[in-house]
Amino acid sequence: MAVILKNEINKQVPLNGGHRMCPGCPVPVIVKQVLMSTDHPKIVANATGCLEVATTIYPYTSWNVPWIHNAFENAGATISGVVAAYEAMKRSGELPEKNKDAKFIAFGGDGGTYDIGLQSLSGALERGHNFLYVCYDNEGYMNTGIQRSSATPIGANTTTTPVGKKSWGKTQPRKDLLSIVAAHHIPYAASVAPHDYNDSMAKSKKAIEVNGPSFLVYFSPCIPGWKIASDVSFELSKIAVQTCFWPLVEIENGEWSLTGDSKRIAEGKKEKLPIEDFLKTQGRFKHLFKPKLQEDVLKIIQNDIDKSWNFYKKMAGYTD
Amino acid sequence: MTTKYEALTGAEAAALAMKQINPDVVAVYPITPQTPIVMKFSEYVANGEVDTEMVRVESEHSAMSATVGAAGAGARAMTATAANGLALMWEIVYIAASTRLPIVMGLVNRALSGPINIHCDHSDSMGARDSGWIQIYSENAQEVYDNYFMALRIAEHKDVLLPVMVCQDGFITSHSVENVLPLEDAQVKKFIGKKNFKGLLTSEKPYTIGPLDLQDYYMEHKMQQHDAMKHVIPVIEKIQKEYAETFDRKYEIIEEYRTDDADMVIVGMSSVMGTVKDVIDMMREEGIKVGAVKPRLFRPFPAEKIKNVLSKFKAIIILDRSDSFGSFPPLYGEILASFFAAEKKPYIKSFIHGLGGRDTNVEMIKEVISELQKLRDTGESNFTIDYLGVR
Amino acid sequence: MSKEIKKGWKEIPIGGLLLDAGNSREYETGTWRTFKPIHNAEKCINCYFCWEFCPDNSILIKDDKVVGMNYFQCKGCGVCAAVCPTKAIEMVKEEK
Repeated sequence: MAVILKNEINKQVPLNGGHRMCPGCPVPVIVKQVLMSTDHPKIVANATGCLEVATTIYPYTSWNVPWIHNAFENAGATISGVVAAYEAMKRSGELPEKNKDAKFIAFGGDGGTYDIGLQSLSGALERGHNFLYVCYDNEGYMNTGIQRSSATPIGANTTTTPVGKKSWGKTQPRKDLLSIVAAHHIPYAASVAPHDYNDSMAKSKKAIEVNGPSFLVYFSPCIPGWKIASDVSFELSKIAVQTCFWPLVEIENGEWSLTGDSKRIAEGKKEKLPIEDFLKTQGRFKHLFKPKLQEDVLKIIQNDIDKSWNFYKKMAGYTD
Repeated sequence: MTTKYEALTGAEAAALAMKQINPDVVAVYPITPQTPIVMKFSEYVANGEVDTEMVRVESEHSAMSATVGAAGAGARAMTATAANGLALMWEIVYIAASTRLPIVMGLVNRALSGPINIHCDHSDSMGARDSGWIQIYSENAQEVYDNYFMALRIAEHKDVLLPVMVCQDGFITSHSVENVLPLEDAQVKKFIGKKNFKGLLTSEKPYTIGPLDLQDYYMEHKMQQHDAMKHVIPVIEKIQKEYAETFDRKYEIIEEYRTDDADMVIVGMSSVMGTVKDVIDMMREEGIKVGAVKPRLFRPFPAEKIKNVLSKFKAIIILDRSDSFGSFPPLYGEILASFFAAEKKPYIKSFIHGLGGRDTNVEMIKEVISELQKLRDTGESNFTIDYLGVR
Repeated sequence: MSKEIKKGWKEIPIGGLLLDAGNSREYETGTWRTFKPIHNAEKCINCYFCWEFCPDNSILIKDDKVVGMNYFQCKGCGVCAAVCPTKAIEMVKEEK
């Protein structure tokens, strides 16, 4: 169902301006899409990372919803405790009426989710708490100065996989977090790209309202980390989907499907663009094109993309 | 009041206290020798004897993280751990205190590796002495039991609002069966009362908990913690007095044993003091005027009180169940510091004992008393640190 | 920059708690701009894409119409201009 923006504009936004996120960072937009997708009262837990530090520099907070930050690797465990507290206080009758229908959302970056917080997330998913975990995936430790994470794509230049005489950047492909999460057999998980707000908000709404744990991994360009202009995040989001760098996947009760442009590409209704179209937009891949075209590396990257795209297509029931 | 004793281990006493507190949330991860607390409490949950939402987390880091989340949301939240478990939850131990959450945690003291060892010493909790938690040390199962209720009241006191560790000695206390005199559920309920702290995530207005706190305000928040610790001792004294008046069980921050006419004392904490008291009784038979002093509170450290108590004696030996490698053992160091400004100072000596569960037996305490006599008479070993019972 | 009077330890809530939800609205980030978005109401079709994608919540709307930008907080990222389907927002060099 399409989102009618005219119905959204007069609502209170969950995150005010005056935060210190970089100009053009899409993460505040991601927060807005997720939290405005339903009218339930919401409680947010936030892992340490860009979003947390830039929105709550004491004595200022940008948040218009109850919000808790604990540490880097424990957003899953922290929200588990919050949910447990609500359950207990609901039973004991001490929870205020307006909180009874509250929904719980944890936000973490890829460092806090793919890497250091994976155990905490896995534990919370396995225990089945009723919450949504949103990973805003900017593909590296951007807050600490653009170090590689297990979400950093192959070929990317980062400060811990710097390009040099004997290096063309990160040599390992990304971890497939969505599949790892899916292996917990939770009721809902999806990948999301913020340019497609209809898809994003529909998935967010389902994820928040489903009974049990749910998960979203959000494509989230990083202006300084990817060495891109401050106004291109959402255009890049579109290209990422169209090159199948970022397939839009939805897993509902174990049923995999593709959505948006990914679905169109899988059904042959839209062209799948070559990965160069995505890579050449970003400074972090500049070395693959200049001073000389590194065709062998580009081939490795394209193969990797094709492999994961074929995997998702297969999971979604498409046969070539 | 009930007058029926129950045979309980220290761990069972802790679990029973937790059951009677009936916390909203318990988030725990099993570790030896804390496990019997978790297992017993799980039984209470399984049998519907508590209303607690129990979160069986996948690590101690998550145990403390979930406890912080729950307490932040306004729950009475508890956990329990030991040694490596405490070490794994380390960063969140600090966050719990800094966020001013009145969490009560059972700590079953165990040596912090390595090499790995599952038995008692205080290296785990002593490492956490600067984390901003209140630390209470229990000699036996009865103290463990009673300390839980007082700890909860202390933690939730409006002038305090700090987390409390209730420590007991691993295996020695946690797994030994003793006679414990429990209270009735209704008595506990009345004593602990209703929560008087706010649910920060359930409030009318949306609050932000745990912001980024940089140069501008961080020190002001640390000053608040510093100040809160100053309120703890008077609050504990008030609560101990109320406990004594209500249940006829007298606890003091510093317990003195046969010190009236003593000219020398052994100072130590937790289970070893049981042995010390027995040996003192034996020595008294022989006319040796020795006594014992047992601080129950290590954080905040009752420096003024300990100085006042100990300045009466000619010689004191301090038993520490952990080392501070390259420096003074924790209790010894604190007591030295307490005496720095005093005019009258006793001879003072340190023994490190019982590491990794090494039994501190009657013979060893006799040896300590003979050292104490020499110290009193000659002062020769003044300011020395030795290991007790090491080959 | 908004003038902030720094309070002492007795005057602030304990534990780092922030009680005033969304008070970053009082914090100026408009000084970060090097380019400034100028809204042209004549070209604007009120599709609200700029509102949806503005990371700084700086699109001003009155009676369901885009009426301009909150320059106190707009960082000048240019997303609004980039997503505008009718080029109703132009980025111009900020004059200081």
